[in-house]
Amino acid sequence: MIFIGLGYGCKGGAATAALASDAAKRVYVAPGEKDEVYAFLSGGFSGQMSVYGIPSARLFKIIPVFSVFPENGYGYDEETKNMLRTTHGYVPWDDSHHIEASMTDGKQDGRWLFLNANNTPRLARIDLKSFETKEIIEIPNSAGNHASPFATENTEYLMAATRFSVPIPQASVPIENFSKGDFKGTVSMVKVDPKSGRLSIELQILVPGFDYDLSHCGKGKSHDWCFFTSYNSEQAYKMIEVGASKNDKDYILAFNWVRAKQCLDQGKASNFGGEYYRNYLPENQPVISEKLSGVKMLQPKDCPGVMYYMPTPKSPHGTDVDPTGEYIVGGGKLATVIPVHSFSKLMDVKDKPEHRSGMIMDIPVLKYESTLAGEVKKPCLGPLHTEFDGKGYAYTSCFVSSEVVKWELGTWEVVQHLPAYYSVGHLSIVGGSSKDPYGKYLIALNKITKDRYLPVGMELPQSAQLYDISGGKAELLSDFPTVGEPHYSQMIPAKLLMDKAAKIYPLEENKHPYAIKNEKDARVVREGNTVRVYMTQIRSHFKPDTIEVRSGDTVFFHVTNLEQDFDIPHGFAVGGAPEMPNLLIMPGQTRTFKWKAPKPGIYPFYCTDFCSALHQEMQQYIRVLP
Amino acid sequence: MQELLLKKISKMNRLLILGVGLLLISVYFLPIWHISLAAPQYPEGLGMKIWIDKITGSSTYDLQNINLLNHYIGMHEIVSESVPELLFMPYVLGFLIFGAFVTFLLPRVYLIVLGILNIVILGILGMYDFWRWEYNYGHNLNPDAPIVVPGMAYQPPLLGCKEMLNITACSFPSWGGIILFATLGILVFILWNEKRRMDVSK
Ligand SMILES: [Cu+2]
Repeated sequence: MIFIGLGYGCKGGAATAALASDAAKRVYVAPGEKDEVYAFLSGGFSGQMSVYGIPSARLFKIIPVFSVFPENGYGYDEETKNMLRTTHGYVPWDDSHHIEASMTDGKQDGRWLFLNANNTPRLARIDLKSFETKEIIEIPNSAGNHASPFATENTEYLMAATRFSVPIPQASVPIENFSKGDFKGTVSMVKVDPKSGRLSIELQILVPGFDYDLSHCGKGKSHDWCFFTSYNSEQAYKMIEVGASKNDKDYILAFNWVRAKQCLDQGKASNFGGEYYRNYLPENQPVISEKLSGVKMLQPKDCPGVMYYMPTPKSPHGTDVDPTGEYIVGGGKLATVIPVHSFSKLMDVKDKPEHRSGMIMDIPVLKYESTLAGEVKKPCLGPLHTEFDGKGYAYTSCFVSSEVVKWELGTWEVVQHLPAYYSVGHLSIVGGSSKDPYGKYLIALNKITKDRYLPVGMELPQSAQLYDISGGKAELLSDFPTVGEPHYSQMIPAKLLMDKAAKIYPLEENKHPYAIKNEKDARVVREGNTVRVYMTQIRSHFKPDTIEVRSGDTVFFHVTNLEQDFDIPHGFAVGGAPEMPNLLIMPGQTRTFKWKAPKPGIYPFYCTDFCSALHQEMQQYIRVLP
Repeated sequence: MQELLLKKISKMNRLLILGVGLLLISVYFLPIWHISLAAPQYPEGLGMKIWIDKITGSSTYDLQNINLLNHYIGMHEIVSESVPELLFMPYVLGFLIFGAFVTFLLPRVYLIVLGILNIVILGILGMYDFWRWEYNYGHNLNPDAPIVVPGMAYQPPLLGCKEMLNITACSFPSWGGIILFATLGILVFILWNEKRRMDVSK
């Protein structure tokens, strides 16, 4: 009944949105012209990230992060395979949801992007010079790294919280013990080195065993705080879709990370187990993969003032902080309102007993009305995520009613309904999660695409919708198919990145232990049954070209691309190699192709990237002797 | 005529000659000539600079990339070491600068004339030498080159632009070269000025 009633309320608004009449002109980027914005879309279950130009919606690149990528050998070659190393072994896939852009003073600074791996808890750093994944850190004592990686205002820390609470430390306990408190969650503070971007786990905080869903950190006056939504405060463990939807309110956890750091410095955190890998790819060297052991764990009871629960109606999903840092918007995915908490009120009441309704694991639970700034009434069905345009308006995605609603901060009035096609999850405004939204474009990231494009079998591409939000009324400009599930996105103005993008790896800086910088050094070196081929590539030949090895030898082709010209990678592939796909070797880079010499015969190898007029001649033979 | 040649040059022109000497020093630090190559696959352009003592790419890796392009047609690799003239060119420039300072100390018109002759002769020789190198690079191609276009030579222009296959090559003096031409102009101006002053005083 409620859904029907709300549906009625939404329809009037939804009918008002239409395609802008000159939309084609506004998304058209003439040949040779460049787009205004980079859109980085996570790939959901593809484990990767894709780069689009906005407004044209042209796909520029897929950046492999948590999934192997046969197109360029990521995750296969001797240099990058250890990027995917975890305590569970080599995990060549993941489910990647949230992209966070590095910030300085709450503003995008164009240095790095961060991405979470939900399935096998991990967090990656992507460098925005090379547009390549440079570091992956595993999060110990966590299961389902969903509320991650959300950055503090100066990228001091990235937050990562457990989606699936589990026994911590891991133990085989009866699953029904979930509701008896045997299952816990953790919030991890991952420190980002301000110069190098290197990641390290500084502290974990043990929290009640709910499902922690999403997070956002404060800005300005709320700089010290991060906010996490939780669901299943019922701690249901069977038929969760029903069991976890009972309570009228779940919680947004307000977490004072500055206070947590204080408690850490005062020695209030204790040594705790947990093994994890940290895999780092230095510029043009093989991955340095370290197994680390143990973290500092803080219990909320030992650090008063570190956490508060703010009740938020019904299974809140998104928690988003407006550019001023005052409003914390909950996305109650089953709620009929969009609740907005006030940071000032939170500060006012957090330590006043009369504003508390109880404690959970020594974390005070505040009263809903005590921190509430307002509610957007009957906005839509299934409000999930909110971003801001910096002009006093908020945009909330609504999954169930497939639309984006525009509403005003302060008056809590809905001003526009924008249909989305269909089932929108996250949405993204250029700079919309920062202190300084650029505010011109909004994309809706949809889960379902039925009837939008030519059918291609049962599985259709997922899609995104582009809106122009620069005027008084937002206007639909285009929709476009995406790679994988476009889960979340960060959009960054092109001017912040385009001139800093790397064009080559300077050969003189190549520190790869098997690099050679001159054709004269090309050689084949035998060490027992291992053969190392020090090989160079330059338009349009390999050195050495013909090679002889013995059947059963392990052959390492250490291939250095000697080019120093933008956009001239070379490829490397050997016929019938069962374990290695193609390698793409960037100008000035060295990568290694490992090959077990098979039965005697002649095996061709060749360049796979059309590099020059004589590309087809860039081929040679390996003879395998008995 | 003899009277003009032996004439002491004016204070103003004497200072000008000192300026010429000082200006010429900058030629050590400026490229003399610039050859640019435009091709569809090089939208950012490719170029080469000729200095008094070396040849470089217009940007860090241009020379390597020009040589990579040239290897298809069998052109010899362009490197500073293959042009021995670059070894003594700095001394020739030093000689001109020295001449300017001598003229400043011994301000006679005949030294100006000598300077003009020096620059003209060196200029002609230099341009001829440059042309000869261009000719050799463009014509002495490796017969085993991957791409052989019958009857095709790849000699870049001495001055101006020329199309070769898909590449437009342009060759123009750069700041150093412009200064050398300007020096010649200043010397000619001084000579003209001295002659005029002599005619007026008569
Ligand atoms: Cu190639």
